[in-house]
Amino acid sequence: MTAEHPDRGPLDRTELARLVARDIPPRSYVNLGIGQPTAVADHLDPARGIVLHTENGMLGMGPQAHGDEVDPDLLNAGKIPVTELPGAAYFDHAQSFAMMRGGHLDVCVLGAFQVAADGTLANWHTGAPDAIPAVGGAMDLAVGAKDVFVMMTLFDKAGAPKLVRGCTYPVTGLQCVSRIYTDLAVFHLTAGRVRVAETYGTTLADLRTRLDVELEPIG
Amino acid sequence: MVEIAPDPDAAVRGIADGSTVLIGGFGPAGQPYALIDALRRSGAGDLTVVNNNAGNGTTGLAALLATGRVRKIICSFPRQTDSFVFEELYAAGRIELEVAPQGNLAERIRAAGAGIGGFYTPTGAGTMLAEGKETRTIDGRVHVLEHPIRADVALIRAHTADGAGNLVYRKTGRNFGPIMATAARLTIAEVTRTVPVGGLDPEAVVTPGIFVDRVVVTG
Repeated sequence: MTAEHPDRGPLDRTELARLVARDIPPRSYVNLGIGQPTAVADHLDPARGIVLHTENGMLGMGPQAHGDEVDPDLLNAGKIPVTELPGAAYFDHAQSFAMMRGGHLDVCVLGAFQVAADGTLANWHTGAPDAIPAVGGAMDLAVGAKDVFVMMTLFDKAGAPKLVRGCTYPVTGLQCVSRIYTDLAVFHLTAGRVRVAETYGTTLADLRTRLDVELEPIG
Repeated sequence: MVEIAPDPDAAVRGIADGSTVLIGGFGPAGQPYALIDALRRSGAGDLTVVNNNAGNGTTGLAALLATGRVRKIICSFPRQTDSFVFEELYAAGRIELEVAPQGNLAERIRAAGAGIGGFYTPTGAGTMLAEGKETRTIDGRVHVLEHPIRADVALIRAHTADGAGNLVYRKTGRNFGPIMATAARLTIAEVTRTVPVGGLDPEAVVTPGIFVDRVVVTG
């Protein structure tokens, strides 16, 4: 059954980050993408033993560095100074991306412009003719992590749905997203099926009228 | 055998016009600023530069680009809030851009250093960045053929070198250094300090001295 919460508003950004953090399995190796996904780190309970990976070459990344902790040689993928936790390890870029492609990373959390019902992800390029293409590690993360979680608003600023039948933006990876966390609902994607796990400020019936994809309640 | 150069200008001598130059660093960490400045002063032109980004602000790589002596840049993420030097050159058609997923960029450099003629990777399959490239289905998954990036010169930053050219790095400053060191005919490292032969624990060496041609201490 879908857990529906129609009597409250949509999730705000903090609540969304908390929800993603709740669903990351204990003792997993996790990469949090630049931007909104970074906030998930604030809600991970240290007792659950989750190890953060940053693609510029570190496992065991700690919180953002402040004051005396700032070290110009210790940055995250967003080039923000961070700290190291006991048990941390440093490695070069080839090894860092081998961890992704080789299937060693359990979860990555990414933002998105669009996700298709089959899990195809578009998050790197608007496709505008004057836009400078810039991909970073997005394509490597999309194909490499065992589970790809997306955090996004369900509708864009113009009101168009971002969970779509087929991506119109240039794609990042094919059939790679396993879950989508949005302000209005959480979706589980498996083999072309979209199952709705939770709703916030809306209902499954309402979402069915607003999205052009087949929605199923979770079993 | 490694040469300890007296200053950055001596360290970069002899870099010819038309060279392909690998430049280490991810953000300020591991950027060989002194060597980049020396390369700019050397007047070498028609360069192809390989770096994760396309310069920030007006210093380092951005200052090199501003001279107009870089014909092409190969990177994963050229578009940043302070990459205006590159953006102006690109908009004016004065620099060629090749964007590669970050892990493919790293692995192409690694492959060059390891004598590998190319490799098939799932990263980028089905995307714009794989258009026109050979593909092969391996274990039911589409892989894209990527070619090595061989270079004439690598400019990297490490923390400590010994008299045999062995290098150790510091924290996330390691990033591209170890793979770039292997992929160029001439590898030049700027370091914080040197120690005599025997001053580094052989078990802790990250880049063996066989890959390093010149070292300069820049503090």
